[in-house]
Amino acid sequence: MIQDPAQDIPPTEEEPIPPAAEAEAVESAVATEPPPVAPAIRPLVKRHHGIVRFAHWANTLLLLGMIASGLQIYIAFSHFGIRGGRYYPNPWDGKPFPEWARLGGWLAGGLNWHFALAWPFVLTGLLYLVYLAVSGEWRSLLFRPRDVPRAWQMQLYYLRLRKEHPPQGKHNALQKLAYTSIVLLGALSVLTGFAIYKPTELRWLTALFGGYELARYWHFWAVWIFVAFILVHVALVFLVDPASLRAMITGWYRGRFPSHD
Amino acid sequence: MTDRPLSRRDLLRMGLTAGAASLAGACGWQGGPLLPALRGASRLNDWVGEKVFLSHRHLAKEYPVSARTPERNFPAYAISRPLPQLQDPASWALEVGGKVRKPMRLTMEMLQALPRVRYTIKHHCVEGWSAIATWTGAPLASVIHLVEPTDEARYVRFDTFDANYYNGWDLESALHPQTILAYAFNDRPLEPAHGAPLRVYSSVKLGYKMTKYLTRMTFTSERPGGYWEDQGYPWLGGV
Repeated sequence: MIQDPAQDIPPTEEEPIPPAAEAEAVESAVATEPPPVAPAIRPLVKRHHGIVRFAHWANTLLLLGMIASGLQIYIAFSHFGIRGGRYYPNPWDGKPFPEWARLGGWLAGGLNWHFALAWPFVLTGLLYLVYLAVSGEWRSLLFRPRDVPRAWQMQLYYLRLRKEHPPQGKHNALQKLAYTSIVLLGALSVLTGFAIYKPTELRWLTALFGGYELARYWHFWAVWIFVAFILVHVALVFLVDPASLRAMITGWYRGRFPSHD
Repeated sequence: MTDRPLSRRDLLRMGLTAGAASLAGACGWQGGPLLPALRGASRLNDWVGEKVFLSHRHLAKEYPVSARTPERNFPAYAISRPLPQLQDPASWALEVGGKVRKPMRLTMEMLQALPRVRYTIKHHCVEGWSAIATWTGAPLASVIHLVEPTDEARYVRFDTFDANYYNGWDLESALHPQTILAYAFNDRPLEPAHGAPLRVYSSVKLGYKMTKYLTRMTFTSERPGGYWEDQGYPWLGGV
């Protein structure tokens, strides 16, 4: 967190910038006007494909809508566990959520929003995953065993126990961990959602999560992990790499991190 | 993290993002101009629920009697207050008609003479709660075979003596082996709270679809609505 913003992060040694990307970077640098002072002239590079940007922003709206309508549904019965049994631990047990956090107005409204947004949420997620698989982009996002020590070094750096920013590719190892986990969390949300949507027709799936009440419980906890992710994700964008916001909107990036592995 | 303090522009950006987020989740918005689209999505989900998820081979898990929810904890809803009750239970009978070849009037004796299904299964309420009880009744399929629906019959409408409560079902769910006309709850005759003298019970629908206080069953070619469905609840209500 003590990084000089003008200092670029070197890419990982074993994964150099591909020549094509370098050429593209130089080209776009030439195309842009020179700034009046030049403490940090950086090339404008293409960072995110249109499909990724579409999936990201569609998901932003869909997820907010899913969460808000989900909270509306939750307050119709704000406990987890079968009637007459003991309820599972829940800080929000028996508590309503404020109106501003809910979507739908009443239970039926919440349900209709939730079920209408669910399919676009699933389809957007699948589109994103298919794109990653086909483009090979998954390589810069998937957290693998070799990323464990790198994630540790990155954590040390964030804790100011290591002075220099570890070398990285398009994403550092902690980002890979976050972006891999969030896909798994999305899958967990969808699967637990189906488990409580069709506990008879998808009985095997409901059983996989420990039954209807527990599936509903995990579905609810996934919300809070999503909320925590969103808060940290947005904070880091502004605190660490504001240029990444432009990249996620226009696709083009002019920042201090490498844009390719 | 950069070592420069947050600029005004950064704060403005954050404010805009947070503002957009709270607007998206704001207030009890049922959809406004998007309401027809939401209704359309709900119909699509009804279709998927009936054509993709529903299967007569999918049966709910059956529980031992010891797993029953204590009866005082098993909620029971009705529209009328006080609870709907028959003045003369002896004269009650279920009228079955509409698009059928053999309209019938089924007395309780006739219903109890039909094959008997008894199961202990979990009840799923649209609100999110669940509870377990034992239900006994005649398979709806056996009544359907008795009255012989015509080819035009695609839906079943249930009418009640609970105010204006009524309900519409797809024929496939009505024919499911765990869909019954129940006359007993936890091995005792149905009480007024649970829909006496006769109610629909099923493992493939949410509680609000399992119509209580039955008076009439009508086979139709047009999709009937329902007391809650007309107000916006999902029509299929399948689980």
